[in-house]
Amino acid sequence: MTNPVFERIQQDLSDNDVVLYMKGTPMFPQCGFSAAVVQVLSDLGVKFKGIDILVDPSLRDGIKQFTNWPTLPQLYVKGEFVGGCDIVREMAGNGELAALLKDKGVAFKG
Amino acid sequence: MKVRASIERKLTEGLAPSRLAVTDDSARHAGHAGHRHGSHDGESHFSIEIVSPAFEGKSRIERHRMVNTLLAEELAGPVHALALVTKAPGE
Repeated sequence: MTNPVFERIQQDLSDNDVVLYMKGTPMFPQCGFSAAVVQVLSDLGVKFKGIDILVDPSLRDGIKQFTNWPTLPQLYVKGEFVGGCDIVREMAGNGELAALLKDKGVAFKG
Repeated sequence: MKVRASIERKLTEGLAPSRLAVTDDSARHAGHAGHRHGSHDGESHFSIEIVSPAFEGKSRIERHRMVNTLLAEELAGPVHALALVTKAPGE
């Protein structure tokens, strides 16, 4: 049986190169960890879709199951799970995130 | 201390770390959503730095998954946020 929430997640991931599942919106993050990832992406000039899981409990649980990852935020690039806040910040700090975006053909300012 | 103690015990048993620092950051998050969670004395936000030979040759995501799996019970319950630094010896 297919979980309808998983279908929606798949759709968002195929429609958008960079997707951030987060608490709150990119303009108004509701959590420091989500805000930190928004900041990293903004600094890199990456266009991304922020999806606020606080407005939808089924998505909040669904994304944790989908990724098999218990915490938020969660960053996806070209449908591939990159990590949560700690991993994204570490990768931004050592240039790995920019390398990944370049590798995946995602536009950014750097 | 209950939650922190159980985190320390599970990580020590599961990963035999050469270094383990579990810090309770809950006080820094006082007043915001998720801070107070039932009867756990506000133990909700933790930072963990862990060095373990078990991380050798594993990606970051794999390392975090190992920790998340060991702490599944805490993450499903009182723990609202976990900041993780995972390293293999020598990194």
